[in-house]
Amino acid sequence: MANHVEIGLNRTGIATSPRLAQEMVEGTREFPPMTNGDERTIGLRRGEYVRESEGLGSVPPPTSLKGMAKTALQGVLGQRPTLMLDKLSERLAFERTGVRLYEALISKLEAAGSFEGGPTREELVEMMQEEYAHYNLLTDVVAKMGGDPTVMTPSADLHATITRGVMEAIVDARTSLAQALEALLVAELADGDAWDSLIELVGEAGGEIELQLFESAAMEEAKHLERVRTWIAASQNRASGELSLGA
Amino acid sequence: MTIDLLKDRGTPLDQQRFTWKELVQPPYSKLDDDAFTRVRVILMNGIESESLRFSHACSRMNRDLQLELAKVRRVEQHQQTLVNWLNPPDQNVLETTIGFEQVAIEVTAAIALAEPDPYLAQVYRFGLLEDFDHMYRYSALMDRVEGKDANNLLQSYTDVLPGRPTAVEHRHPADDLRTPYDKRKAALITKLHAATLVAGEFQTHDYYMTVGPTYADPIGRQLYAEIASIEEQHVTQYESICDPTESWLEKWLLHEANEVYNYYSCVESEGNKRIKAIWERFLDYELGHLQHVRALFESIERRDAAEVLDSKLPKPIAYESHREFVRTVLRNEVGLTAMGPAFVPFSQETAESPSVIYRSHMNSEGSPTNLVADGYVWSPGTELATKPPMAGRGSSAALPV
Repeated sequence: MANHVEIGLNRTGIATSPRLAQEMVEGTREFPPMTNGDERTIGLRRGEYVRESEGLGSVPPPTSLKGMAKTALQGVLGQRPTLMLDKLSERLAFERTGVRLYEALISKLEAAGSFEGGPTREELVEMMQEEYAHYNLLTDVVAKMGGDPTVMTPSADLHATITRGVMEAIVDARTSLAQALEALLVAELADGDAWDSLIELVGEAGGEIELQLFESAAMEEAKHLERVRTWIAASQNRASGELSLGA
Repeated sequence: MTIDLLKDRGTPLDQQRFTWKELVQPPYSKLDDDAFTRVRVILMNGIESESLRFSHACSRMNRDLQLELAKVRRVEQHQQTLVNWLNPPDQNVLETTIGFEQVAIEVTAAIALAEPDPYLAQVYRFGLLEDFDHMYRYSALMDRVEGKDANNLLQSYTDVLPGRPTAVEHRHPADDLRTPYDKRKAALITKLHAATLVAGEFQTHDYYMTVGPTYADPIGRQLYAEIASIEEQHVTQYESICDPTESWLEKWLLHEANEVYNYYSCVESEGNKRIKAIWERFLDYELGHLQHVRALFESIERRDAAEVLDSKLPKPIAYESHREFVRTVLRNEVGLTAMGPAFVPFSQETAESPSVIYRSHMNSEGSPTNLVADGYVWSPGTELATKPPMAGRGSSAALPV
């Protein structure tokens, strides 16, 4: 599959049929709306449900209260153990999905090849293995803190919803490798910020060992982001991927 | 192409088979294919879905037919899969919904125009104006929640204008039942039209009931709930125009004839060669089913299938824009409601009318279809192409409720 798009028969715009489009616009004058409001009415109804909302769900209690007391003494969970478990589980789930995203990218590359300046199979495999290592790291940390590493916490659920489109864009057989990398960029951007937040939380809680491990993981994620930016730049024949957010 | 319902053999049932790979073929392009390709895929999914629904109902009531029904049904299951899986994954729930309403408008309009029975033609025009309004409401949702233009899907073939307001489409069940055609007098095309719309509306209802709760925005969840209720009324309406005294086998025969007719209509109009080949293959499959059921009908009921079927197929469904026809119906019939099986002006309703009582209560906490499209005027590229976002002019909390 080509990594560049071509001129074709796209029919979605009004220029496809100017005469038909003009007829549609003219129709709106003969058949006007029956009320004079606007989209803020949607906000009113949305607000009612916001006020009635019961939230996404909760974080389960630690599987071992003894473990929790111990770790609390160590200060790893800090003053906000629920928040910490929620965010750790979020990253755990995200990294686990990240492994599958890289697997899908690898199969796309194997089927359609890469492009000049694009990723090699080895690079994608390396990144997949790092995602897997981060998943394992977080699994160990959550378990050590008395949490259940298999649980889906509200934040894990939220981030899965946020990145649903990323996964759909990557696994769609019709997207090119270059298009799939644009989806990956969104995931890596979010991932980088999430690791930074996690490091701050762990740092505030005084988890020295976890802090070092997480900083190492964050550095690998920063490398992922840089690579993906460079590949996308190459797919568009831009000189480099350095002129991007935060650069 | 000419089809002879009584002579063409099609593909024998025992030669109709698939692989899993065949069932999941590359989808059509949401961006590049003609909107009517999507319309055909959505309708044919509905036609196949109805074939399964009918087959199961028939099976529950006819022990002796169960094996034959199951044999045909297995193929129909896989036909439906292949057809429905032609929908592309980048077409989200609401985009597909726009496709469903385009089916409801353009196919119902084509049927209303071709229907020889004047009462049934009015039934179709009546339903048409209601689905026409649903398009307007869903388009407003797409614009105002997702910031997208429904015309990306419609390709300017179908208007986005208010029809009979959905809020007044809510009726008492007694006002949704119509007078059925007479199986002895009705033309074959009349029976096929009714069967087609039952299938289309049933699938639309089932689709909204499935996807409605997957929509995140509360107004979207409400909108699907309200419009799904009307689709249920439409199924009730269209189901009631089919003669209930047709035997099970007669109805089965008509279902198969209708599938032949619908695939034939697709073959005659499809511009995508790869998808046209699918329609051709399934036309042959349905001719095989028809002959299979014909043999059962003739041996079990000891009746000639020619009593039910004509040799020649009617003119195919016109897959094209019916803008002027729809607007004419809108000008002349938007003020009609139903009272029993008859269509009357809204002015004939009173405060005691069952539909008024029902509607008043359902709408007493607001009608989502009204809320979502408050003052909505479709514009190319969304309403943001013509005016700024209104939240900049003050909070929604300050609006009168």
